[in-house]
Amino acid sequence: MLKNIKLILQSVRQYKKYAIITPLFMVGEAGLECAMPFIMGMFVDGIKLLNTPNDFFSSSSGIPVFYLALILLTMAIFSLVFGILGGKYASIASVGLATNLRSDLYKKLTSFSFENIDKFSSSSLVTRMTTDINNVQMAFQMMIRIVVRAPLMLIFSAIMTFVGGGVMGFIFIAMIPIVTFGMILIVKHAMGVFMKVFKRYDRLNESVQENVSGIRVVKSYVREDYEKHKFNTASNNITKEFIKGEKIVALGNPLLNTSIHLSNILIIGIGTCLIYTTGVWTEKYDEATGTYVGDWIGGALTLGQLSALITYGIQILMSLMMISMIMVMLTLSLEAIKRISEVLMEKPTIRNPKDPVMEVKNGDVTFKNVNFKYKKDAEKNTLSNINLNIKSGQFVGILGSTGSGKTSVVNLISRLYDVNEGEVLVGDVNVKDYDIETLRTNVAVVLQKNVLFSGTIESNLKWGNLNATEEEMMKACKIAQAEEIVNAKPEGLKSRVEQGGANFSGGQKQRLCIARAIMSQPKILILDDSTSAVDTKTDRLIRKGLKEELPNMTKIVIAQRISSIEDADQIVILDNGVINDIGTHDELLKRNHIYQEIYQTQNRVGGDK
Amino acid sequence: MPPVRIRERGRAKKGTMKRLLKQLFKLYPGQLILSLICLIFNVFGNLSSSIFVSLATNTLTAAGPIHANPFTDTFPVSTTFGFTVNTNVTTLLIILGSIYIVGIFASWTWNRTMAIVTQKFMNEFRKAMFNHMQDLPIKYFDTHAHGAIMSMYTNDIDTIRQFISQALPSLIQTGLVSIFVFFIMLYTSVWMTLVVVIGFFFMLGVVKGVGGKASTYFIKQQSTLAQVEGAIEESINGLKVIKVFSHEEKSEEEFNVLNEELYHNASQANIHGNIMMPVMGNIGNFLYILCGVMGAFIYIFGWRNLSFSGFEVIKGDAPRFAGMIALFLMMSRMFANNVNQFSQQVIFIVQGMAGASRCLDLIDEEKEKDEGYVYLCNIIYHEDGTFEETSEHTRDYAWKYRHKDGTLEYRELKGDILLDNVDFSYDGKKLVLQGVNIYAHPGQKIAFVGATGAGKTTITNLINRFYDLADGKIRYDGININKIKKADLRKSLGIVLQDTNLFTGTVMDNIRYGRLEATDEECIEAAKIANAHDFIERLPEGYNTMLNGDGSNLSQGQRQLLAIARAAVADAPVMILDEATSSIDTRTEKLVQQGTDKLMEGRTVFVIAHRLSTVQNSNAIMVLDHGHIIERGTHTDLINQKGVYYKLYTGAFELE
Repeated sequence: MLKNIKLILQSVRQYKKYAIITPLFMVGEAGLECAMPFIMGMFVDGIKLLNTPNDFFSSSSGIPVFYLALILLTMAIFSLVFGILGGKYASIASVGLATNLRSDLYKKLTSFSFENIDKFSSSSLVTRMTTDINNVQMAFQMMIRIVVRAPLMLIFSAIMTFVGGGVMGFIFIAMIPIVTFGMILIVKHAMGVFMKVFKRYDRLNESVQENVSGIRVVKSYVREDYEKHKFNTASNNITKEFIKGEKIVALGNPLLNTSIHLSNILIIGIGTCLIYTTGVWTEKYDEATGTYVGDWIGGALTLGQLSALITYGIQILMSLMMISMIMVMLTLSLEAIKRISEVLMEKPTIRNPKDPVMEVKNGDVTFKNVNFKYKKDAEKNTLSNINLNIKSGQFVGILGSTGSGKTSVVNLISRLYDVNEGEVLVGDVNVKDYDIETLRTNVAVVLQKNVLFSGTIESNLKWGNLNATEEEMMKACKIAQAEEIVNAKPEGLKSRVEQGGANFSGGQKQRLCIARAIMSQPKILILDDSTSAVDTKTDRLIRKGLKEELPNMTKIVIAQRISSIEDADQIVILDNGVINDIGTHDELLKRNHIYQEIYQTQNRVGGDK
Repeated sequence: MPPVRIRERGRAKKGTMKRLLKQLFKLYPGQLILSLICLIFNVFGNLSSSIFVSLATNTLTAAGPIHANPFTDTFPVSTTFGFTVNTNVTTLLIILGSIYIVGIFASWTWNRTMAIVTQKFMNEFRKAMFNHMQDLPIKYFDTHAHGAIMSMYTNDIDTIRQFISQALPSLIQTGLVSIFVFFIMLYTSVWMTLVVVIGFFFMLGVVKGVGGKASTYFIKQQSTLAQVEGAIEESINGLKVIKVFSHEEKSEEEFNVLNEELYHNASQANIHGNIMMPVMGNIGNFLYILCGVMGAFIYIFGWRNLSFSGFEVIKGDAPRFAGMIALFLMMSRMFANNVNQFSQQVIFIVQGMAGASRCLDLIDEEKEKDEGYVYLCNIIYHEDGTFEETSEHTRDYAWKYRHKDGTLEYRELKGDILLDNVDFSYDGKKLVLQGVNIYAHPGQKIAFVGATGAGKTTITNLINRFYDLADGKIRYDGININKIKKADLRKSLGIVLQDTNLFTGTVMDNIRYGRLEATDEECIEAAKIANAHDFIERLPEGYNTMLNGDGSNLSQGQRQLLAIARAAVADAPVMILDEATSSIDTRTEKLVQQGTDKLMEGRTVFVIAHRLSTVQNSNAIMVLDHGHIIERGTHTDLINQKGVYYKLYTGAFELE
């Protein structure tokens, strides 16, 4: 755990000085806050003895009132400055830490290989980067502001009680364990209840989410009342649990009250007793007023000290309360810290080699005895003994049923995953020897799960080539049959793209994604089922465009439709992670059983052909 | 679709606080009054400390000159309020002890009661929101971002909880103490109180200035945070694409720009929030010094002190002055502290009200109206061809309505659906459908073909009354669908949508969603019809496998199969398949089609599909373009017509 905390604190960086300086200000503020009642007591005592204006500046007993007022004023000003600066720097440090953490996590995520990405669910990653970081921010701010301040207040106040109240200080020493123990008990029990109920509360909100996105289903099946009943029951049950926890928490305030009250009674009782039994009533004739003024003197305690004790007592118990609250906050944030450091500590499984090859010579692709599995401890290989020879500029189709390993094969080419055995060569060089960016710029992949990013069409296309001109972009669009999509929009390339490309249809998204992929003029283009939502004619036009405009580019196409790949130079049939057959359309139609079957189902249905 | 509103972030509407408190009071009047009374006792108990300390010291001082035992003898002691009481320390301690005991008990009672009230109120509020939301028309969900709706259930509700459980009691407590202390101060010295009042206005200025700024930045922070969260979500979902394009650095740069903006707003919000406390606290300290000096002047120069006990000159009465000044200064400190604590709640109040305002907006949305009076019922046929109503699930249905004279009329449900010259617009301006006429005779399969936005889904939205027509009529077995109870109309239509939404629960639960009283066997039978049985059997726990997070552990195709099974178990007399097989491969689709064709034999089916192969065997195919039906007929008719459908079919034309 300590390691995790250390790791996270490394992200403080440029805000370190603020994080260090804040507690110093807090110490100053706390010190002043504790000393002030002491001086205030002297101030009040001084005022009481005033008789003439001259008394402001001179006093027979101690510091004159005027100077006391000045001291107090100075203290207040310092306390104000410390407080403001402390508050300011605490904000900067904690918000800064959170900002750096977010940025670090983001950087880490982008360094992840596909294998790393697969390990975390995307919703858990989002939570780590949002809620968890917010919790860390709050806990950190709390820590640098109050973790130093509250114990200091406790110690200062305790010292002051002994300085000012002598033996009476023991009353508080006796109170501390009682309050602490009570608080621990309350927190422990309440946390137990809340931890459980929070999980259920999250699930309740998930069910709301389901209802919101599935409202058409709910209404179609007229399940409104059913859903209401389900929700209301769950909500009622959760409320019962919450109340259980809240009832425990509600003991905290009375506990604090009890301890403060009890110590007050003891102070007043024992205090007056001490004053009466050990002190002597002494009267002095006051010349100015002509009256006798008396006080209890010489005892273990004076009346002024008695009042001060009450003030310090409240401060001690308040800081105890504060400390226990911080403990709760910190415990809650530990979970967040753990989750964040899990990501930070995750090592990217694919990294640039030493002395990487910075150029891809040509679009040749070779697989030599490749074995591959996603998890090292998996029993079965996802791909076994794959051997392929693809020449620059060839058009290769890959066919196979779901789960046969088509995507796995192409993912190895741009080194999205590493092989377990054998080797994959691009341009006669092992992919592991390339600079990753060089390799991926030259091997463009259009993934099955296409995503456009919020921005404009232009900003999306520029992903492929940052310095692309408008002509280059329009040319890529033309090849990918996306020209008309751009032209149909009044703002052309500058048209907005919503998050996830939500304002484009599936087919439009696919064509734009293909355009984006060829922007970098890669040596190899991989289309992983990327035209499934595009109609046959457009599909054909895209293939024609690629063939005519980019003849030297190797094209590897995974498809469901035979029509998409029938004119390929070679068609690879995958079955259960093994190459079943390789050949041209005509060859396979003659000899391959799987190919014949697929061909038949698609042709008998017609329509697509 | 109409434009979607994203989350509005801003300050609360006027009257939100009043409405919230009124609602709270209406639900829990007893508990709230009890809490308030206990709160007063609690506050009084806490305040007693300082009064009794000064009384105790006074007692000792009074005991001195007359040589009385302050514990056992009873003698007159002057209070600081200008009157004397006969007492001693022992009596004082007993009284104080009793007050404390009551105070502690009161503290426990109100803390507990308020905690319970808060949770109960949040429960009622949450349920009211959810229950109301379920009754809202589809339009609400189409026009509001789902993230924004969710945010009400998570963030906004939490701000309301914070307001009720923390800010409200703190507000009352500090308010009570301040008022109480204020009167004690007035009893002591009006002049000095004036100094405090001036200070108070200073403090109000700080709350308004600094606190207001803090609130503004907090609200800004919330909206930047939402943007950052959106960006994070987008990047994480597209992480693989980022990798493929080696776009890591560029996206980092873009993210950091947003992140920096968040840093600015968040740090400003926090700084202003943090500054409040020391500023307010030290204004209190300044007041303390000022009041002390002022008190000294009153005494030294013999000014006439005005207090609620009257005008008087204290000059010369040193003990009285000492008591007065000590008490007043203590009170002025307490007053300042309370105002300070109060100011800490300002941000919570602003946030709470903004949250409550959004939630109440949801509750104020108008519910889906239903003026239908025709009901759906199952019927059972007798051998002679007549039928009667039954509560059992049969595969036959009838419409039933009660005439004014009380007699019931039944009409067999045949599945005859007629759209007569239908116009429709989502926003009241642009017509999405214009002059649409469709006749679906019982047992027919009607298909809709057309580009995205041509109005295919809109037609189905009208048939089940998710939206209401602008003009024209829809008749179901000759009955205007406006006269049919919405629930019954929808029960008579089985709909499978392209986006399949599943619910947390087992596979079996999800299939049974179609008809809650279906047996396991019926559900499995339905899964077989949908060709889902095989893959379900292969799941780790078969039909008992838990699906979570909208069935994310299934592929899109598998989810569609489950949705079809769900519709199959519902066994509705009319079915609408809206791109229901779009993610299923052609081989499986064929098997599914065989299953559903058998199920829907003799029943009316509407099909929307992208793949023409899916709609080929329909009785009638409608080709839609920009809200108009431009071609209609069977597959062969349309091919012979050599129109748009023909072009689509031969691939000379593209569907988008």
